Amino acid sequence: MEPRSRSFYVLAAFFGLFLLFLYGPTITIAILSFQGPGGGLTFPMRGTSLHWFRDLFEQQAVGDIWGSFRRSFALGLMVMVTTVVVSVMGGLAFRKRFPGSGMVFYLIITSLVIPSILISLGVGLMFSQSGMTVHWATSGFGSQLTWTLPFGLLIMFAVFNRFDKSYEEAARDLGATPWQTLRHVVLPIIAPSLIGVALFGFTLSYDEFARTLLTAGSYNTLPLEIFGMTTNVTTPVLYALGTLTTVFSLIMIGVFLALAWLGARRRARAGSDAGDGLA
Amino acid sequence: MEKILANRAIGGWLMALPLVVVLVLFLVLPIILIVVVSFWQATEFSIIPAFVWENYEFLFGSPVTYRVFLNTFKYAAITWALTLGIGFTVAYFLAFHIRTQTWQIALFLLCTIPFWTSNIIRMISWIPFLGRNGIANSALMSWGVIDAPLEWLLFSDFAVILAFVHLYTLFMVVPIFNTMMRIDKSLIEAARDAGASGVQILWNVIIPLTKPGIMIGTIFVVTLVMGDFITVRFMSGSQSANVGRLISNDISLLAYPSAAATAVILLLTVLIVIGILLRFVDIRKEL
Repeated sequence: MEPRSRSFYVLAAFFGLFLLFLYGPTITIAILSFQGPGGGLTFPMRGTSLHWFRDLFEQQAVGDIWGSFRRSFALGLMVMVTTVVVSVMGGLAFRKRFPGSGMVFYLIITSLVIPSILISLGVGLMFSQSGMTVHWATSGFGSQLTWTLPFGLLIMFAVFNRFDKSYEEAARDLGATPWQTLRHVVLPIIAPSLIGVALFGFTLSYDEFARTLLTAGSYNTLPLEIFGMTTNVTTPVLYALGTLTTVFSLIMIGVFLALAWLGARRRARAGSDAGDGLA
Repeated sequence: MEKILANRAIGGWLMALPLVVVLVLFLVLPIILIVVVSFWQATEFSIIPAFVWENYEFLFGSPVTYRVFLNTFKYAAITWALTLGIGFTVAYFLAFHIRTQTWQIALFLLCTIPFWTSNIIRMISWIPFLGRNGIANSALMSWGVIDAPLEWLLFSDFAVILAFVHLYTLFMVVPIFNTMMRIDKSLIEAARDAGASGVQILWNVIIPLTKPGIMIGTIFVVTLVMGDFITVRFMSGSQSANVGRLISNDISLLAYPSAAATAVILLLTVLIVIGILLRFVDIRKEL
């Protein structure tokens, strides 16, 4: 191995600063959320306490935080499951290069690049003009899918671009039906990437703001609730909430990553060759 | 049944059906409705179906529109340049200077984790840093760089750009890293054997081969910044405007036809920009 060049150390320092830039502010509010009861939105710390966390759990003067958390969590799971199923089906469909697939592809790209507020405005108008009421589980759900599905599909395209077709051909030669090939060959091979799609589906939904702004109806999701707080709450209770939901996000990310890692390890131990089709 | 599914066209469409239904219901129909409503009339209390050009006449007749569009392009251009510089450097370090795959994956994940947490909270988290009595001001004052706290740190264009870079650099790092990892290492060895210096390798080998990744990152960053309204509103303390805020202000005044007309122009602008960028890259080939 050749020795590290000087540019390595310069770049490593740059990378370290970048990580500090990424994580520094979040860590700062995590520290400040333990402010003493008399503390403000910035340093110095006036003692340390769990005062602001207790505030979150006790009084509901700051709004319906726990209700909005439950709704965001439920919506996240709904969007996650739908994103995984629809993306897999869509990915399989695109492999068949069906007529009109080019147009559907451009729709996906449009869905990805369209300013979020247009979805909010358009879906909101569609519901109000047709006499339906907007609700997080209907209009909010659909609006979020326009953001999570493009990511799910891009991942599926990447997966199928690297998919070795000879596994399927082998299954077919051995007499497997199309369904058996899908169930016992294709799905096990792409399973690890589905954890990635699920991670995107859940977290993008859980944190989505702009697309739910006009489509969530009278019951807020958590990001909407937090944004509402920024205009009228000027105590560290805001940081306490921010810290809690960030910790929750990190736990979810950890669970997904652990699942992916365990899956990979189990397969390696079982000596299966599934997954080798992925480059 | 098997026979129908085996048919490429019918089988493909059946599999794509859920996707197409979602996109038609929540993407195509809303866009059509926005275009229709942009020709409607508005009174103080309601909106009336009509076919008038007054929303567009007002939009193009107002000097505010041009200023706000210009401001939107300014945010996009500055954010693009900064995220490209930072994102390329980070991706280059990860792809060419980290030698084991385990470390590459670990450090790459460290860069992507913030993407899966809340943008709103990541914006809020700048308050204690940039505020009047925040960390930045206290540090600068204790070092004797400034005498009085800087007022332009929070609630300014500076804060807006900072937040954009903070939120969106990731969208540059990921695609650029992805294309860099696919560069055949023997090309770099060949260049070195042929006597190229480090800078020459970077400029003549790595950058040309990384262009598709740069283009995909550019598409993400430019569209996210151009369509944003919440970062500008929060980080500028409602003092700066971009097109997204123009739309959201109209919405809060229930002036839907006017919001719709602005939205149509914004969408056309974004699509034209993307159309130009897509000429330089074939996304489906790069995935």
